[in-house]
Amino acid sequence: MLAPLLIAPAVIYILLVVGIPFGWAIYLSLTDAIGGSLTGNWVGLDNFTNAWQDDNFRKALRNTLIFTIGSQAIVLVGAAILSHYLIREFRGKWLIRLLIILPWAAPVALGTLGWLWIFDSLFSVINWTLGHVFGVVDSSDPPQWLGRPNLALLAVIIVHAWRILPFAVIIFLAGLASIPSEVDDAAKIDGATGFKKLFYVTLPLQLPIALVALLFGIVFTAADFAVVYVLTAGGPFNSTQMLTTWSFQIGINSGSLGEGAAISLYLFPLLAMVSVAMLFFAKRAQVS
Amino acid sequence: MAGRTRGARRGLGTYLVVGPFAILLAFPFYWMLVTMFKEDLDLYNAENVPYVYNPVEWKFWESATTKHVEFLFTDTSYPDWLVNTALVGAAVVLITLVISLPAGYALARLSGSWGQTAGIGIFLVYLIPPTLLFLPLSPLVARLGLQNSLLSLILVYPSITIPFSTWLLMGFFKTIPQELEDAALVDGCSRIKALLRIVFPISLPGILTVVIFAFSLCVNEFIYAFTFISSTENRTISSGVPNELIRGDVFFWQSLMAATLIPSIVLALLYNAFLDRFIKGFTGGAFR
Repeated sequence: MLAPLLIAPAVIYILLVVGIPFGWAIYLSLTDAIGGSLTGNWVGLDNFTNAWQDDNFRKALRNTLIFTIGSQAIVLVGAAILSHYLIREFRGKWLIRLLIILPWAAPVALGTLGWLWIFDSLFSVINWTLGHVFGVVDSSDPPQWLGRPNLALLAVIIVHAWRILPFAVIIFLAGLASIPSEVDDAAKIDGATGFKKLFYVTLPLQLPIALVALLFGIVFTAADFAVVYVLTAGGPFNSTQMLTTWSFQIGINSGSLGEGAAISLYLFPLLAMVSVAMLFFAKRAQVS
Repeated sequence: MAGRTRGARRGLGTYLVVGPFAILLAFPFYWMLVTMFKEDLDLYNAENVPYVYNPVEWKFWESATTKHVEFLFTDTSYPDWLVNTALVGAAVVLITLVISLPAGYALARLSGSWGQTAGIGIFLVYLIPPTLLFLPLSPLVARLGLQNSLLSLILVYPSITIPFSTWLLMGFFKTIPQELEDAALVDGCSRIKALLRIVFPISLPGILTVVIFAFSLCVNEFIYAFTFISSTENRTISSGVPNELIRGDVFFWQSLMAATLIPSIVLALLYNAFLDRFIKGFTGGAFR
């Protein structure tokens, strides 16, 4: 009797501040509402079909996929390696851990500003190092990291991987910590050590939580706005435009609220699939 | 003897892996630190070694300067943004605790297997990202007369913090033995009294962890802060620094890097201090 009473405020708050706007986003996407208004004329699925036929939208959709898959690939490999070593005790662990979680702890828009300076067109420290130390870059015509379409896409992938990696490491560590020590002992008795243990014992046990880290990572990356907006604002030539930045461009800058809402809603099927997958794995992890 | 050498070798291997990762991940922050004390003539000379302070015209005692950091605090709205961020963070943390504490407790204790499902349900809300909701929310906020007011952020941010905090608190409460509470009930405490006198005090470290993480989520958030608040003095750091400290093509890199590094270091130290508890709470919820 008491339980629903205690849970109700949380549910009501979320319904009001997430449920209503979400419903409203769906409604807006079916209208021709313009900036600043909350209503518009019913246009059915026009916004969705118009967006789909726009080359820039297709580009944004493609970029979102590349961005998400690319940065998550880096994150998963990095987190698997790092967490394997960070679970051990060693001297200076406190400092190492502090350095490793810095990118995640830093406010995302601010951390990205640091990269904006690192990728600067004239004074990039990367170009200086590549040119003056390794001699592989012509200092009079250095690569424009944020000015060339392919390099810019690579840059946003790297920066987002940099930001999410510490989070994935934390989740991986949580997974490793939950593996009971008996498993370790049993593996030792059976003679499984080093890589054998990693592949046949640790990794399989880690799989459910690794998937949770991946699913979170997919949501954070596909829904990211700050990194791309601060670093490239979708440019050059829309080469780093994502669904999020494109919906901002159309919905806020161009004032086509309805179409902007439709563009952002294209993200929803992806997020819904991720949520279902997460439920599935959370349940499985509980049973085992 | 043999075991000791093996242990030492393993230790070295650990450093060889975590060391480069730590350097790569923390490099942008080292870069901010170097940049923030540089003289303009040093910073904007592409021939200078960027990693160190180069004397300007051989006056080595004038190689580094704090004037750009002073500029940030005396000639920009940065101090206002810090205060605004702290205000919003404190208010949101308060709302989050009032709503999440009872919900987390109820989900952990009172409702059995049904509670687990409801817990995951609330947690899934965390997966509906602000990038899906900002388009309908910004006219809604305007309709409520809250545009350009910190109140808009204070009202909306709990929708991000409540799901996550409820989940974490549920994990923490589960680790407190039910017997402890039963004993209090037998001794004549009411359930509410047992909650306030026994359960919450024991969970204080967990509650502090939630405070830290809810607060840092507020500091991190970019798109709401960016679209709801338009005047310079009402901004928070995450939207103020990238939008107001850059004037057209003029970047005050030293001040920008100082503005970025200061909150990042503070948050990272807090994170690091509470990381172990965070990991416990995260796995305590579902991965037991």
